[in-house]
Amino acid sequence: MTELRQRVAHEPDAPPEDKESESEAKVDGETASDSESRTESAPLPVPADDTPEVLNRALSNLSSRWKNWWVRGILTLAMIAFFFIIIYLGPMVLMIIVMCVQIKCFHEIITIGYNVYHSYDLPWFRTLSWYFLLCVNYFFYGETVTDYFFTLVQREEPLRILSKYHRFISFTLYLIGFCMFVLSLVKKHYRLQFYMFGWTHVTLLIVVTQSHLVIHNLFEGMIWFIVPISCVICNDIMAYMFGFFFGRTPLIKLSPKKTWEGFIGGFFATVVFGLLLSYVMSGYRCFVCPVEYNNDTNSFTVDCEPSDLFRLQEYNIPGVIQSVIGWKTVRMYPFQIHSIALSTFASLIGPFGGFFASGFKRAFKIKDFANTIPGHGGIMDRFDCQYLMATFVNVYIASFIRGPNPSKLIQQFLTLRPDQQLHIFNTLQSHLIDKGMLTSAIEDE
Amino acid sequence: MLGLRHRGGCPGPGEVVALPPLEGEAAGGDHETESTSDKETDIDDRYGDLDSRIDSDIPEIPPSSDRTPEILKKALSGLSSRWKNWWIRGILTLTMISLFFLIIYMGSFMLMLLVLGIQVKCFHEIITIGYRVYHSYDLPWFRTLSWYFLLCVNYFFYGETVADYFATFVQREEQLQFLIRYHRFISFALYLAGFCMFVLSLVKKHCRLQFYMFAWTHVTLLIIVTQSHLVIQSLFEGMIWFLLPISSVICNDITAYLFGFFFGRTPLIKLSPKKTWEGFIGGFFSTVVFGFIAAYVLSKYQYFVCPVEYRSDVNSFVTECEPSELFQLQNYSLPPFLKAVLRQERVSLYPFQLHSIALSTFASLIGPFGGFFASGFKRAFKIKDFANTIPGHGGIMDRFDCQYLMATFVHVYIASFIRGPNPSKVLQQLLVLQPEHQLNIYKTLKIHLIEKGIL
Repeated sequence: MTELRQRVAHEPDAPPEDKESESEAKVDGETASDSESRTESAPLPVPADDTPEVLNRALSNLSSRWKNWWVRGILTLAMIAFFFIIIYLGPMVLMIIVMCVQIKCFHEIITIGYNVYHSYDLPWFRTLSWYFLLCVNYFFYGETVTDYFFTLVQREEPLRILSKYHRFISFTLYLIGFCMFVLSLVKKHYRLQFYMFGWTHVTLLIVVTQSHLVIHNLFEGMIWFIVPISCVICNDIMAYMFGFFFGRTPLIKLSPKKTWEGFIGGFFATVVFGLLLSYVMSGYRCFVCPVEYNNDTNSFTVDCEPSDLFRLQEYNIPGVIQSVIGWKTVRMYPFQIHSIALSTFASLIGPFGGFFASGFKRAFKIKDFANTIPGHGGIMDRFDCQYLMATFVNVYIASFIRGPNPSKLIQQFLTLRPDQQLHIFNTLQSHLIDKGMLTSAIEDE
Repeated sequence: MLGLRHRGGCPGPGEVVALPPLEGEAAGGDHETESTSDKETDIDDRYGDLDSRIDSDIPEIPPSSDRTPEILKKALSGLSSRWKNWWIRGILTLTMISLFFLIIYMGSFMLMLLVLGIQVKCFHEIITIGYRVYHSYDLPWFRTLSWYFLLCVNYFFYGETVADYFATFVQREEQLQFLIRYHRFISFALYLAGFCMFVLSLVKKHCRLQFYMFAWTHVTLLIIVTQSHLVIQSLFEGMIWFLLPISSVICNDITAYLFGFFFGRTPLIKLSPKKTWEGFIGGFFSTVVFGFIAAYVLSKYQYFVCPVEYRSDVNSFVTECEPSELFQLQNYSLPPFLKAVLRQERVSLYPFQLHSIALSTFASLIGPFGGFFASGFKRAFKIKDFANTIPGHGGIMDRFDCQYLMATFVHVYIASFIRGPNPSKVLQQLLVLQPEHQLNIYKTLKIHLIEKGIL
């Protein structure tokens, strides 16, 4: 801590250390508010080089620009390969990975908060932030997991109580944390503590809710997880390529490297990519079916009768395209039409998440969220465009695709009062008779 | 704008921002001068050019304008200042309580509107404080954006709650049906539009300020709008679930104040020097007793006890039903030690009264923490009151800070221990399913009902 204090008090000339490089960059910009001119002329310190030695040697011959390009390229391929491996391993592993990414993102943003407010020695605060993370995660898992793992949960008594009363328990835990916060308010640091409290809550709001929506989508069917994320990644890469080769007109002042050519080229490329990817994926059951927990085999299964969305249908091509392609009809999965909506969102609105993160980095004068991935920055840097995508997919599914969950409805029904149950039963009966699904003969059995 | 440029955000190139002298920046109004820690706090506050400005610019206790009506002033001109203050607070308290009774009499719809009005006012108060703290009146777009976000989030929550309760009302109107059915998508699209506007409005010089105001708005929305919607949901469960918690908190406020006034000696917490342990404990016991009695009185009336429903034939809200077991007198055998005291074997109680003990306990033990939180907030940002709306009491937020956690607790309590799922909602969802699913469910239900002997 003394080191940090000294760095704050004096002009920083300390050697760049890995994890403090961004704080240093900040300190450079902040301490010297009275020497703004000096800050502006001195460039931000070069982030520590995290690249593994092996890569360094292999690329030592190339110039710095191409070297950077190669490092980014190799890491990109490594991340994509990792993504495929995890998909292969199945939904449980995916869920765990999403959790880990969430924790790492939370950690990165909270660390930035600590750096910004120099609040390492605030009493209790690190403990409290992680404690709140735990509470909110428990609450959300209780909301989602309970529905899907109903049978598993019913068997174990402690699990059953934990999930049935999850709202009450998580609220109680949260309250304890809240009271601890109030009791820990120290006279000198009130404002700092309130800032960190607000910072923690906004971070929880952003990071934890998104990750749980992602898991929710995942349970709907792995394709609802894979296609949106791939579209955002594809848009990132395509916009970068188009910008690299054709880029001329800058897009927005916040991110000077983005160009209109990249934006529009990325949009079209992503839509096409989405169409192709969904065509390929809709053929496989393991991607298309909702994830279920099988009691007998005690594991997750993805086996079902694919719904209408994932069955090939004939569509008539509108006249204008007919002349171009020369076909009258085309066989597509209805899901591909939805994928156009998803890719459009990923290319048009997804970048705003990136601009938001860029603005955030400028506001707090950091170059990257962290230095976890060489050449790319922190985990948050890779996931900033995904920020809004997860929410959009979840809202989309809830509004247009998914109906209510039948097993959940049965559960709810069983907890009603007998007269209410009877009323619902009779209404359902008359409804089914109207629809012709039931005849009076069967009903009388 | 020039003033703002000097004050904060991301300074432009070549701009020299002068700092006020260190002496004016004593953090938090504390004039103890421990050198290193004080200096560090100053630097802490100074990290962003903003806080230093605020420390020196805002006087430590801004004088509150006196909004007491003239009548009161003349009537009380004879008394000394201390008693005058006491009388003003007393009169305003009685006025607020009578207003409360009046609105209860007018019915649940008016109550809902009242809750909504309070929510908007609280939001306005906190956002205004944010503006003052960050001197961000001239930020482009921001006032519009804050109110816009308030609208989106309210629409989202009303779609979640109102849709369930007003199913029959909503079914009639085609546009309403569309708005409710796709409310998630529409409110999300609206929110996105606001978000994109925010990103597009980021100005290089003020980006940090803008992010602060963005975060401030969101935290305020999180606190205030969610609470008010939970209050309304509890209200629909039955007006007693709305009245009892709020009256318990108010009673705790008043009785803790009175006990503290007459018997107060040991201070409770450094944050609020006026609170005492005697007030806290005295308030706890009186609130439990008050809750117990109020629950007994209110449980008799169907008006308070029944869930609020919308009847299409009458075109209004009705509260008529068969009271559930919670609100029917039952005999309880007393545990032995109480038997000796009261000399009765059994006692007739409403089960709800036992729940009311839980609610009052929460109101007296945890409710004050909401008050401490607000006190800490006021100290952190060096304001005396949230606003000056109510003479003698401060702003609306000042009155409602203890209610902050109560609303959430009541909702969680009801959801966990009391309420089953809403039958009409279950029915709605059933009717939306695929026919094959419906048939399966029908068969399962039939088996279940026959087993239970209902069919």
